[in-house]
Amino acid sequence: MNKSTKIMLDKLVRHLILIAVGVFFILPLVWMVSTSLKSNRQIFVFPPQWIPNPVIWRNYPDVFDYASFLLYFKNTIIIEVACIVGTLLSSSLVAYGFSRLDAPGKNFLFILMLSTMMLPYQVWMIPLYILFTKIGWVNTFYPLTVPAFFGNALYIFLLRQFFLTIPKELEDAARIDGCSYFRIFWQIILPLTRPALATVVIFTFMGVWNDFLGPLLYLQDPEKYTLAVGLQVFLSQHGADWGLLMAASTMVVLPVIIVFFFTQKQFIQGIVLTGLKG
Amino acid sequence: MRRSNLKRQEIFAFYTFISPWLIGFVLFIGGPIIASLYFSLTNYTVLSSPEFIGFGNYSSLFNDPLFWKSLYNTVYYAVLFIPLGILVAFTMSILLNQDLKGLAIYRTIYYLPSIVPAVANAILWIWLLNPQWGLINMLLKAIGIQGPGWLTSEQWAKPGLVLMSIWGVGSWIIIYLAGLQGVPEQLYEAAEVDGATKLQRFFYITVPLMTPTIFFTLVTGLIGAFQVFTQAYIMTNGGPVNSTLFYALYLFRNAFNYLKMGYASAMAWILFLIVLVLTLIQFRLARKWVFYE
Repeated sequence: MNKSTKIMLDKLVRHLILIAVGVFFILPLVWMVSTSLKSNRQIFVFPPQWIPNPVIWRNYPDVFDYASFLLYFKNTIIIEVACIVGTLLSSSLVAYGFSRLDAPGKNFLFILMLSTMMLPYQVWMIPLYILFTKIGWVNTFYPLTVPAFFGNALYIFLLRQFFLTIPKELEDAARIDGCSYFRIFWQIILPLTRPALATVVIFTFMGVWNDFLGPLLYLQDPEKYTLAVGLQVFLSQHGADWGLLMAASTMVVLPVIIVFFFTQKQFIQGIVLTGLKG
Repeated sequence: MRRSNLKRQEIFAFYTFISPWLIGFVLFIGGPIIASLYFSLTNYTVLSSPEFIGFGNYSSLFNDPLFWKSLYNTVYYAVLFIPLGILVAFTMSILLNQDLKGLAIYRTIYYLPSIVPAVANAILWIWLLNPQWGLINMLLKAIGIQGPGWLTSEQWAKPGLVLMSIWGVGSWIIIYLAGLQGVPEQLYEAAEVDGATKLQRFFYITVPLMTPTIFFTLVTGLIGAFQVFTQAYIMTNGGPVNSTLFYALYLFRNAFNYLKMGYASAMAWILFLIVLVLTLIQFRLARKWVFYE
Protein backbone atom coordinates (compact mmCIF):
# COMPACT_ATOMS: atom_id res chain seq x y z
CA MET A 1 0.00 0.00 0.00
CA ASN A 2 1.56 3.32 -0.99
CA LYS A 3 1.57 6.40 1.12
CA SER A 4 -1.24 8.34 -0.56
CA THR A 5 -3.71 5.45 -0.31
CA LYS A 6 -2.79 5.12 3.33
CA ILE A 7 -3.59 8.78 3.95
CA MET A 8 -6.83 8.40 2.01
CA LEU A 9 -7.81 5.41 4.08
CA ASP A 10 -6.90 7.21 7.27
CA LYS A 11 -9.13 10.11 6.29
CA LEU A 12 -11.96 7.79 5.38
CA VAL A 13 -11.84 6.04 8.75
CA ARG A 14 -11.76 9.38 10.49
CA HIS A 15 -14.80 10.59 8.57
CA LEU A 16 -16.64 7.39 9.34
CA ILE A 17 -16.06 7.80 13.08
CA LEU A 18 -16.98 11.48 12.96
CA ILE A 19 -20.18 10.67 11.09
CA ALA A 20 -21.10 7.84 13.45
CA VAL A 21 -20.72 10.11 16.47
CA GLY A 22 -22.41 12.93 14.57
CA VAL A 23 -25.43 10.68 14.16
CA PHE A 24 -25.56 10.18 17.92
CA PHE A 25 -25.53 13.96 18.38
CA ILE A 26 -28.07 14.81 15.70
CA LEU A 27 -30.58 11.94 15.91
CA PRO A 28 -32.37 13.15 19.06
CA LEU A 29 -33.13 16.46 17.35
CA VAL A 30 -34.34 14.73 14.21
CA TRP A 31 -36.45 12.49 16.41
CA MET A 32 -37.94 15.52 18.13
CA VAL A 33 -39.06 17.07 14.84
CA SER A 34 -40.18 13.73 13.47
CA THR A 35 -42.36 13.02 16.53
CA SER A 36 -43.88 16.49 16.32
CA LEU A 37 -45.20 15.64 12.86
CA LYS A 38 -46.93 12.42 13.86
CA SER A 39 -50.29 11.39 15.23
CA ASN A 40 -50.40 9.12 18.27
CA ARG A 41 -51.03 6.16 16.02
CA GLN A 42 -47.74 6.78 14.20
CA ILE A 43 -45.78 7.46 17.38
CA PHE A 44 -46.38 4.18 19.14
CA VAL A 45 -45.02 1.77 16.54
CA PHE A 46 -41.96 -0.40 16.17
CA PRO A 47 -39.79 0.02 14.17
CA PRO A 48 -40.10 3.81 14.33
CA GLN A 49 -40.99 5.83 11.24
CA TRP A 50 -38.35 8.49 10.66
CA ILE A 51 -40.32 10.33 8.02
CA PRO A 52 -43.96 10.43 9.07
CA ASN A 53 -46.39 9.14 6.50
CA PRO A 54 -48.62 11.04 6.28
CA VAL A 55 -47.07 14.19 7.79
CA ILE A 56 -49.39 15.50 10.50
CA TRP A 57 -49.13 19.26 10.99
CA ARG A 58 -51.91 19.72 13.44
CA ASN A 59 -49.78 19.39 16.60
CA TYR A 60 -48.39 22.87 15.88
CA PRO A 61 -51.68 24.82 15.80
CA ASP A 62 -52.88 22.64 18.69
CA VAL A 63 -50.05 23.90 20.90
CA PHE A 64 -51.40 27.43 20.56
CA ASP A 65 -54.95 26.26 21.28
CA TYR A 66 -53.93 24.59 24.51
CA ALA A 67 -51.53 27.19 25.93
CA SER A 68 -50.74 30.88 25.46
CA PHE A 69 -47.33 30.38 23.90
CA LEU A 70 -47.57 33.66 22.04
CA LEU A 71 -47.94 35.43 25.36
CA TYR A 72 -45.00 33.49 26.84
CA PHE A 73 -43.02 34.47 23.77
CA LYS A 74 -43.88 38.14 24.25
CA ASN A 75 -42.90 37.97 27.94
CA THR A 76 -39.62 36.29 27.09
CA ILE A 77 -38.83 38.95 24.50
CA ILE A 78 -39.54 41.77 26.97
CA ILE A 79 -37.13 40.20 29.46
CA GLU A 80 -34.61 39.56 26.68
CA VAL A 81 -34.57 43.18 25.56
CA ALA A 82 -34.22 44.53 29.09
CA CYS A 83 -31.44 42.09 29.97
CA ILE A 84 -29.52 42.66 26.76
CA VAL A 85 -29.64 46.46 27.06
CA GLY A 86 -28.81 46.33 30.76
CA THR A 87 -25.96 43.88 30.39
CA LEU A 88 -24.38 45.71 27.48
CA LEU A 89 -24.42 49.11 29.16
CA SER A 90 -23.30 48.05 32.60
CA SER A 91 -20.79 45.35 31.69
CA SER A 92 -18.97 47.49 29.14
CA LEU A 93 -18.72 50.44 31.56
CA VAL A 94 -17.31 48.25 34.29
CA ALA A 95 -14.98 46.46 31.89
CA TYR A 96 -13.60 49.80 30.76
CA GLY A 97 -12.86 50.76 34.34
CA PHE A 98 -11.07 47.49 35.01
CA SER A 99 -9.06 47.55 31.80
CA ARG A 100 -8.00 51.20 31.50
CA LEU A 101 -8.16 53.05 34.80
CA ASP A 102 -6.01 52.62 37.82
CA ALA A 103 -6.98 53.08 41.45
CA PRO A 104 -6.21 51.63 44.85
CA GLY A 105 -8.24 48.49 45.50
CA LYS A 106 -8.60 47.67 41.83
CA ASN A 107 -6.86 44.30 41.91
CA PHE A 108 -8.73 43.22 44.99
CA LEU A 109 -12.07 44.14 43.44
CA PHE A 110 -11.19 42.40 40.21
CA ILE A 111 -10.33 39.17 41.99
CA LEU A 112 -13.47 39.50 44.08
CA MET A 113 -15.48 39.79 40.90
CA LEU A 114 -13.84 36.74 39.31
CA SER A 115 -14.38 34.67 42.42
CA THR A 116 -18.13 35.31 42.34
CA MET A 117 -18.16 33.31 39.11
CA MET A 118 -16.95 30.26 40.99
CA LEU A 119 -19.48 30.57 43.81
CA PRO A 120 -22.56 28.35 43.76
CA TYR A 121 -25.55 30.67 43.27
CA GLN A 122 -27.41 28.91 46.08
CA VAL A 123 -25.35 30.90 48.57
CA TRP A 124 -27.19 34.10 47.66
CA MET A 125 -30.39 32.70 46.16
CA ILE A 126 -32.46 32.49 49.35
CA PRO A 127 -31.84 35.95 50.86
CA LEU A 128 -32.25 37.46 47.41
CA TYR A 129 -35.62 35.76 47.09
CA ILE A 130 -36.64 37.07 50.48
CA LEU A 131 -35.45 40.56 49.55
CA PHE A 132 -37.44 40.56 46.31
CA THR A 133 -40.47 39.24 48.16
CA LYS A 134 -40.24 41.97 50.80
CA ILE A 135 -40.07 44.77 48.25
CA GLY A 136 -43.01 43.33 46.32
CA TRP A 137 -41.11 42.30 43.20
CA VAL A 138 -42.39 38.73 43.13
CA ASN A 139 -44.64 38.16 40.14
CA THR A 140 -43.01 41.01 38.22
CA PHE A 141 -40.18 40.91 35.68
CA TYR A 142 -37.94 43.07 37.91
CA PRO A 143 -36.07 40.25 39.67
CA LEU A 144 -35.19 38.85 36.25
CA THR A 145 -34.21 42.12 34.57
CA VAL A 146 -32.98 44.68 37.10
CA PRO A 147 -29.85 42.73 38.15
CA ALA A 148 -28.74 42.78 34.49
CA PHE A 149 -28.21 46.54 34.82
CA PHE A 150 -25.53 45.94 37.44
CA GLY A 151 -23.12 44.02 35.26
CA ASN A 152 -22.36 40.37 34.81
CA ALA A 153 -18.98 39.12 36.00
CA LEU A 154 -18.43 36.82 33.04
CA TYR A 155 -19.16 39.44 30.41
CA ILE A 156 -17.18 42.08 32.26
CA PHE A 157 -14.25 39.70 32.15
CA LEU A 158 -14.81 38.94 28.46
CA LEU A 159 -15.03 42.62 27.50
CA ARG A 160 -12.05 43.54 29.63
CA GLN A 161 -9.95 40.94 27.81
CA PHE A 162 -11.06 42.51 24.56
CA PHE A 163 -10.40 46.12 25.66
CA LEU A 164 -6.87 45.15 26.65
CA THR A 165 -6.14 44.32 23.02
CA ILE A 166 -6.99 47.85 21.83
CA PRO A 167 -3.86 50.02 21.61
CA LYS A 168 -3.74 52.65 24.31
CA GLU A 169 -2.18 55.33 22.10
CA LEU A 170 -5.57 56.11 20.63
CA GLU A 171 -6.88 57.19 24.00
CA ASP A 172 -3.74 58.98 25.12
CA ALA A 173 -4.08 61.30 22.17
CA ALA A 174 -7.70 61.96 23.01
CA ARG A 175 -6.82 62.53 26.68
CA ILE A 176 -4.28 65.17 25.75
CA ASP A 177 -6.94 66.89 23.69
CA GLY A 178 -9.00 67.09 26.88
CA CYS A 179 -11.46 64.33 26.14
CA SER A 180 -13.27 62.98 29.23
CA TYR A 181 -12.98 59.30 30.14
CA PHE A 182 -16.60 58.79 29.36
CA ARG A 183 -16.29 60.29 25.88
CA ILE A 184 -13.26 58.12 25.18
CA PHE A 185 -15.19 55.09 26.27
CA TRP A 186 -18.27 56.00 24.28
CA GLN A 187 -16.72 57.36 21.09
CA ILE A 188 -13.45 55.49 20.75
CA ILE A 189 -13.59 52.23 22.64
CA LEU A 190 -17.17 51.06 22.12
CA PRO A 191 -17.16 51.39 18.33
CA LEU A 192 -13.99 49.28 18.24
CA THR A 193 -15.57 46.64 20.43
CA ARG A 194 -18.52 45.65 18.26
CA PRO A 195 -17.51 41.97 17.80
CA ALA A 196 -17.12 41.45 21.55
CA LEU A 197 -20.38 43.28 22.24
CA ALA A 198 -22.10 41.01 19.73
CA THR A 199 -20.81 38.01 21.65
CA VAL A 200 -22.25 39.43 24.87
CA VAL A 201 -25.61 40.02 23.17
CA ILE A 202 -25.74 36.45 21.88
CA PHE A 203 -24.78 34.86 25.17
CA THR A 204 -27.21 37.02 27.11
CA PHE A 205 -29.94 36.11 24.65
CA MET A 206 -29.20 32.41 25.08
CA GLY A 207 -28.96 32.72 28.85
CA VAL A 208 -32.34 34.42 29.22
CA TRP A 209 -34.02 32.02 26.79
CA ASN A 210 -32.59 29.11 28.75
CA ASP A 211 -33.24 30.42 32.27
CA PHE A 212 -35.66 28.23 34.17
CA LEU A 213 -34.94 28.70 37.87
CA GLY A 214 -35.39 32.49 37.82
CA PRO A 215 -38.84 32.54 36.21
CA LEU A 216 -39.82 29.48 38.27
CA LEU A 217 -39.06 31.35 41.48
CA TYR A 218 -40.40 34.76 40.60
CA LEU A 219 -43.27 34.39 38.13
CA GLN A 220 -46.44 32.90 39.58
CA ASP A 221 -49.22 34.30 37.43
CA PRO A 222 -49.55 32.29 34.15
CA GLU A 223 -49.95 35.61 32.34
CA LYS A 224 -46.34 36.37 33.27
CA TYR A 225 -44.74 33.06 32.28
CA THR A 226 -41.73 32.91 30.01
CA LEU A 227 -41.36 30.19 27.39
CA ALA A 228 -39.22 28.06 29.70
CA VAL A 229 -41.75 27.98 32.53
CA GLY A 230 -44.69 27.83 30.11
CA LEU A 231 -43.17 24.77 28.48
CA GLN A 232 -42.63 23.06 31.82
CA VAL A 233 -46.27 23.70 32.83
CA PHE A 234 -47.34 22.45 29.41
CA LEU A 235 -45.47 19.23 30.12
CA SER A 236 -47.31 18.75 33.40
CA GLN A 237 -50.66 19.19 31.63
CA HIS A 238 -50.03 17.11 28.51
CA GLY A 239 -47.66 14.53 29.98
CA ALA A 240 -48.18 11.73 27.48
CA ASP A 241 -49.08 13.60 24.32
CA TRP A 242 -45.66 13.34 22.70
CA GLY A 243 -46.59 14.81 19.34
CA LEU A 244 -47.87 17.94 21.03
CA LEU A 245 -44.95 18.17 23.47
CA MET A 246 -42.38 17.76 20.72
CA ALA A 247 -44.11 20.41 18.62
CA ALA A 248 -43.94 22.85 21.53
CA SER A 249 -40.30 21.94 22.24
CA THR A 250 -39.37 22.33 18.59
CA MET A 251 -40.80 25.82 18.57
CA VAL A 252 -38.83 26.77 21.67
CA VAL A 253 -35.61 25.31 20.28
CA LEU A 254 -35.91 26.74 16.78
CA PRO A 255 -35.15 30.44 17.52
CA VAL A 256 -32.01 29.44 19.41
CA ILE A 257 -30.79 27.30 16.54
CA ILE A 258 -31.49 30.09 14.04
CA VAL A 259 -29.54 32.58 16.15
CA PHE A 260 -26.73 30.07 16.47
CA PHE A 261 -26.48 29.51 12.72
CA PHE A 262 -26.25 33.21 11.98
CA THR A 263 -23.73 33.98 14.70
CA GLN A 264 -21.55 30.90 14.81
CA LYS A 265 -18.30 32.80 14.56
CA GLN A 266 -18.89 35.05 17.56
CA PHE A 267 -20.31 32.09 19.40
CA ILE A 268 -17.28 29.88 18.99
CA GLN A 269 -14.95 32.78 19.79
CA GLY A 270 -16.92 33.55 22.91
CA ILE A 271 -16.79 29.98 24.15
CA VAL A 272 -13.11 29.78 23.53
CA LEU A 273 -12.49 33.13 25.22
CA THR A 274 -14.38 32.33 28.37
CA GLY A 275 -14.70 28.57 28.39
CA LEU A 276 -18.35 29.23 28.92
CA LYS A 277 -21.09 26.72 28.47
CA GLY A 278 -23.54 28.20 25.98
CA MET B 1 0.00 69.25 42.54
CA ARG B 2 -1.47 68.97 39.07
CA ARG B 3 -0.23 65.40 38.86
CA SER B 4 -2.01 64.33 42.01
CA ASN B 5 -5.10 66.07 40.78
CA LEU B 6 -5.01 63.99 37.65
CA LYS B 7 -4.48 60.88 39.72
CA ARG B 8 -7.44 61.74 41.90
CA GLN B 9 -9.51 62.27 38.79
CA GLU B 10 -8.56 58.82 37.55
CA ILE B 11 -9.43 57.16 40.85
CA PHE B 12 -12.78 58.91 40.82
CA ALA B 13 -13.36 57.82 37.22
CA PHE B 14 -12.44 54.21 38.03
CA TYR B 15 -14.95 53.96 40.84
CA THR B 16 -17.60 55.67 38.75
CA PHE B 17 -17.13 53.24 35.88
CA ILE B 18 -17.23 50.16 38.07
CA SER B 19 -20.03 51.47 40.30
CA PRO B 20 -22.79 49.45 38.58
CA TRP B 21 -21.00 46.22 39.42
CA LEU B 22 -19.99 47.40 42.88
CA ILE B 23 -23.55 48.38 43.81
CA GLY B 24 -24.92 45.21 42.22
CA PHE B 25 -22.40 43.12 44.13
CA VAL B 26 -23.38 44.61 47.47
CA LEU B 27 -27.13 44.36 46.80
CA PHE B 28 -27.44 41.07 44.95
CA ILE B 29 -24.44 38.97 45.95
CA GLY B 30 -22.33 40.20 48.89
CA GLY B 31 -25.23 41.32 51.08
CA PRO B 32 -27.27 38.19 50.45
CA ILE B 33 -24.22 35.99 51.15
CA ILE B 34 -23.83 37.51 54.60
CA ALA B 35 -27.58 37.27 55.21
CA SER B 36 -27.48 33.65 54.13
CA LEU B 37 -24.71 32.88 56.61
CA TYR B 38 -26.89 34.39 59.35
CA PHE B 39 -30.06 32.57 58.17
CA SER B 40 -28.16 29.29 58.26
CA LEU B 41 -27.90 29.77 62.02
CA THR B 42 -31.61 30.39 62.45
CA ASN B 43 -34.97 28.74 62.24
CA TYR B 44 -36.65 30.80 59.55
CA THR B 45 -39.88 30.12 57.69
CA VAL B 46 -40.38 33.59 56.13
CA LEU B 47 -43.78 33.75 57.85
CA SER B 48 -42.21 34.67 61.19
CA SER B 49 -38.89 36.37 61.87
CA PRO B 50 -35.70 34.28 62.10
CA GLU B 51 -35.01 32.62 65.42
CA PHE B 52 -31.34 32.05 66.30
CA ILE B 53 -30.50 28.40 66.93
CA GLY B 54 -26.71 28.33 66.54
CA PHE B 55 -25.48 25.32 64.61
CA GLY B 56 -28.82 23.52 64.98
CA ASN B 57 -29.46 23.33 61.25
CA TYR B 58 -26.04 21.91 60.60
CA SER B 59 -26.38 19.18 63.19
CA SER B 60 -29.88 18.30 61.92
CA LEU B 61 -28.49 18.08 58.41
CA PHE B 62 -25.87 15.57 59.44
CA ASN B 63 -28.66 13.42 60.84
CA ASP B 64 -30.89 13.85 57.82
CA PRO B 65 -30.78 10.71 55.63
CA LEU B 66 -32.09 12.67 52.63
CA PHE B 67 -29.20 15.13 52.93
CA TRP B 68 -26.75 12.23 52.67
CA LYS B 69 -28.78 10.63 49.91
CA SER B 70 -28.75 13.85 47.88
CA LEU B 71 -25.02 14.22 48.42
CA TYR B 72 -24.46 10.62 47.35
CA ASN B 73 -26.57 11.10 44.21
CA THR B 74 -24.67 14.23 43.28
CA VAL B 75 -21.26 12.63 43.76
CA TYR B 76 -22.42 9.59 41.80
CA TYR B 77 -23.49 11.83 38.94
CA ALA B 78 -20.27 13.85 39.00
CA VAL B 79 -18.03 10.79 39.15
CA LEU B 80 -19.81 9.15 36.24
CA PHE B 81 -20.32 12.20 34.07
CA ILE B 82 -17.14 14.23 34.33
CA PRO B 83 -14.56 11.59 33.33
CA LEU B 84 -16.85 10.24 30.60
CA GLY B 85 -17.63 13.74 29.35
CA ILE B 86 -13.95 14.69 29.24
CA LEU B 87 -13.06 11.45 27.49
CA VAL B 88 -15.76 11.84 24.84
CA ALA B 89 -15.04 15.53 24.27
CA PHE B 90 -11.28 15.01 24.10
CA THR B 91 -11.57 12.12 21.67
CA MET B 92 -13.91 14.08 19.45
CA SER B 93 -11.68 17.15 19.47
CA ILE B 94 -8.69 15.03 18.42
CA LEU B 95 -10.64 13.51 15.57
CA LEU B 96 -11.71 16.99 14.54
CA ASN B 97 -8.27 18.54 14.78
CA GLN B 98 -7.14 17.44 11.33
CA ASP B 99 -6.95 18.81 7.93
CA LEU B 100 -10.40 17.47 7.14
CA LYS B 101 -13.06 18.65 4.76
CA GLY B 102 -16.32 19.57 6.44
CA LEU B 103 -14.77 20.31 9.81
CA ALA B 104 -17.08 23.27 10.37
CA ILE B 105 -20.12 21.10 9.72
CA TYR B 106 -19.04 18.45 12.20
CA ARG B 107 -18.26 21.10 14.77
CA THR B 108 -21.72 22.59 14.34
CA ILE B 109 -23.40 19.21 14.71
CA TYR B 110 -21.50 18.34 17.88
CA TYR B 111 -22.20 21.70 19.38
CA LEU B 112 -25.88 21.91 18.48
CA PRO B 113 -27.20 19.79 21.39
CA SER B 114 -25.58 22.02 24.00
CA ILE B 115 -27.57 25.07 22.89
CA VAL B 116 -30.95 23.34 23.26
CA PRO B 117 -32.69 25.22 26.09
CA ALA B 118 -32.80 23.26 29.34
CA VAL B 119 -36.56 22.76 29.60
CA ALA B 120 -37.00 21.66 25.98
CA ASN B 121 -33.98 19.42 26.43
CA ALA B 122 -35.50 17.84 29.53
CA ILE B 123 -38.78 17.14 27.74
CA LEU B 124 -36.98 15.74 24.72
CA TRP B 125 -34.98 13.37 26.91
CA ILE B 126 -37.99 12.15 28.87
CA TRP B 127 -39.27 11.07 25.49
CA LEU B 128 -35.96 9.66 24.25
CA LEU B 129 -35.59 7.64 27.44
CA ASN B 130 -39.19 6.36 27.42
CA PRO B 131 -38.80 2.65 28.27
CA GLN B 132 -41.16 1.38 25.59
CA TRP B 133 -41.41 3.92 22.78
CA GLY B 134 -38.34 6.09 23.30
CA LEU B 135 -35.71 6.27 20.58
CA ILE B 136 -32.93 4.84 22.72
CA ASN B 137 -34.68 1.66 23.72
CA MET B 138 -36.08 1.26 20.21
CA LEU B 139 -32.54 1.41 18.81
CA LEU B 140 -31.41 -1.08 21.44
CA LYS B 141 -34.32 -3.32 20.55
CA ALA B 142 -33.35 -3.15 16.89
CA ILE B 143 -30.02 -4.76 17.79
CA GLY B 144 -31.66 -7.25 20.09
CA ILE B 145 -31.09 -5.63 23.48
CA GLN B 146 -33.89 -5.13 25.95
CA GLY B 147 -33.28 -1.56 27.18
CA PRO B 148 -33.62 -0.63 30.85
CA GLY B 149 -36.45 1.41 32.38
CA TRP B 150 -34.21 4.52 32.50
CA LEU B 151 -36.03 7.30 34.38
CA THR B 152 -38.57 4.87 35.82
CA SER B 153 -35.85 2.72 37.36
CA GLU B 154 -34.07 3.46 40.58
CA GLN B 155 -30.90 1.97 39.16
CA TRP B 156 -30.94 3.53 35.69
CA ALA B 157 -32.29 7.04 36.29
CA LYS B 158 -28.89 8.56 37.09
CA PRO B 159 -27.10 6.88 34.17
CA GLY B 160 -29.93 8.17 31.97
CA LEU B 161 -29.26 11.73 33.10
CA VAL B 162 -25.53 11.21 32.58
CA LEU B 163 -26.18 10.05 29.02
CA MET B 164 -28.18 13.21 28.45
CA SER B 165 -25.34 15.34 29.83
CA ILE B 166 -22.81 13.66 27.58
CA TRP B 167 -24.99 14.56 24.64
CA GLY B 168 -24.56 18.21 25.65
CA VAL B 169 -20.78 18.12 25.93
CA GLY B 170 -20.25 20.17 22.75
CA SER B 171 -18.77 23.23 24.41
CA TRP B 172 -15.96 21.13 25.84
CA ILE B 173 -15.24 19.81 22.34
CA ILE B 174 -14.87 23.39 21.15
CA ILE B 175 -12.67 24.38 24.06
CA TYR B 176 -10.41 21.35 23.51
CA LEU B 177 -10.30 21.94 19.79
CA ALA B 178 -9.14 25.52 20.36
CA GLY B 179 -6.50 24.16 22.74
CA LEU B 180 -5.28 21.62 20.22
CA GLN B 181 -5.07 24.24 17.51
CA GLY B 182 -2.90 26.30 19.84
CA VAL B 183 -0.23 23.61 20.10
CA PRO B 184 2.74 24.96 18.09
CA GLU B 185 3.29 23.02 14.88
CA GLN B 186 7.10 23.25 15.29
CA LEU B 187 6.94 20.98 18.34
CA TYR B 188 5.47 18.17 16.28
CA GLU B 189 7.90 18.81 13.46
CA ALA B 190 10.89 18.77 15.79
CA ALA B 191 9.69 15.54 17.38
CA GLU B 192 9.17 13.98 13.99
CA VAL B 193 12.71 14.89 12.98
CA ASP B 194 13.89 13.22 16.18
CA GLY B 195 12.06 10.10 15.11
CA ALA B 196 9.11 10.19 17.50
CA THR B 197 6.18 8.00 16.48
CA LYS B 198 2.65 9.32 16.19
CA LEU B 199 1.73 7.79 19.51
CA GLN B 200 4.79 9.27 21.23
CA ARG B 201 4.00 12.71 19.80
CA PHE B 202 0.49 12.38 21.18
CA PHE B 203 1.52 11.38 24.69
CA TYR B 204 4.58 13.60 25.04
CA ILE B 205 3.38 16.73 23.24
CA THR B 206 -0.37 16.86 22.81
CA VAL B 207 -1.45 15.51 26.17
CA PRO B 208 0.92 17.61 28.35
CA LEU B 209 0.05 20.78 26.47
CA MET B 210 -3.64 20.05 26.84
CA THR B 211 -3.57 19.43 30.59
CA PRO B 212 -4.32 23.07 31.53
CA THR B 213 -7.42 22.97 29.33
CA ILE B 214 -8.51 19.64 30.75
CA PHE B 215 -7.92 20.99 34.22
CA PHE B 216 -10.15 23.96 33.46
CA THR B 217 -13.03 21.75 32.33
CA LEU B 218 -12.51 19.48 35.33
CA VAL B 219 -12.83 22.38 37.79
CA THR B 220 -15.80 24.05 36.12
CA GLY B 221 -17.40 20.67 35.40
CA LEU B 222 -17.30 19.73 39.06
CA ILE B 223 -18.76 23.04 40.17
CA GLY B 224 -21.50 22.59 37.58
CA ALA B 225 -22.21 19.00 38.59
CA PHE B 226 -22.88 20.06 42.16
CA GLN B 227 -25.53 22.46 40.92
CA VAL B 228 -27.48 20.11 38.68
CA PHE B 229 -31.08 21.08 39.14
CA THR B 230 -33.31 21.66 36.11
CA GLN B 231 -33.13 18.14 34.63
CA ALA B 232 -33.93 16.48 37.94
CA TYR B 233 -36.69 18.95 38.76
CA ILE B 234 -38.47 18.52 35.43
CA MET B 235 -37.70 14.97 34.39
CA THR B 236 -37.90 12.91 37.55
CA ASN B 237 -38.68 15.33 40.36
CA GLY B 238 -36.10 13.47 42.40
CA GLY B 239 -37.57 10.02 41.84
CA PRO B 240 -37.88 7.12 41.59
CA VAL B 241 -37.36 6.52 45.32
CA ASN B 242 -35.15 9.63 45.60
CA SER B 243 -32.60 8.17 43.22
CA THR B 244 -32.28 11.52 41.40
CA LEU B 245 -32.74 13.74 44.42
CA PHE B 246 -29.65 15.85 43.77
CA TYR B 247 -28.21 18.28 46.25
CA ALA B 248 -29.50 21.41 44.52
CA LEU B 249 -32.97 19.89 44.20
CA TYR B 250 -33.19 18.96 47.87
CA LEU B 251 -31.96 22.44 48.78
CA PHE B 252 -34.63 23.97 46.54
CA ARG B 253 -37.34 21.83 48.14
CA ASN B 254 -36.31 22.77 51.64
CA ALA B 255 -36.34 26.44 50.76
CA PHE B 256 -39.36 26.82 48.52
CA ASN B 257 -41.60 23.82 49.19
CA TYR B 258 -41.10 23.38 52.94
CA LEU B 259 -40.13 27.03 53.56
CA LYS B 260 -37.23 25.93 55.77
CA MET B 261 -35.08 28.90 54.76
CA GLY B 262 -32.57 28.46 57.58
CA TYR B 263 -32.12 24.78 56.86
CA ALA B 264 -31.72 25.42 53.13
CA SER B 265 -29.23 28.22 53.81
CA ALA B 266 -27.16 25.82 55.88
CA MET B 267 -27.23 23.44 52.92
CA ALA B 268 -26.06 26.25 50.65
CA TRP B 269 -23.09 26.93 52.92
CA ILE B 270 -22.16 23.27 53.09
CA LEU B 271 -22.35 23.22 49.29
CA PHE B 272 -20.10 26.24 49.16
CA LEU B 273 -17.57 24.55 51.43
CA ILE B 274 -17.67 21.30 49.43
CA VAL B 275 -17.09 23.14 46.17
CA LEU B 276 -14.34 25.24 47.71
CA VAL B 277 -12.51 22.27 49.22
CA LEU B 278 -12.81 20.19 46.04
CA THR B 279 -11.50 23.09 43.96
CA LEU B 280 -8.57 23.65 46.31
CA ILE B 281 -7.74 19.95 46.28
CA GLN B 282 -7.78 19.99 42.51
CA PHE B 283 -5.45 22.97 42.39
CA ARG B 284 -3.13 21.17 44.78
CA LEU B 285 -3.21 17.97 42.74
CA ALA B 286 -2.79 20.00 39.57
CA ARG B 287 0.85 20.62 40.45
CA LYS B 288 1.45 16.93 39.85
CA TRP B 289 -0.15 16.61 36.45
CA VAL B 290 -0.91 19.95 34.86
CA PHE B 291 1.84 21.20 32.62
CA TYR B 292 2.55 24.93 32.56
CA GLU B 293 5.04 26.37 30.14
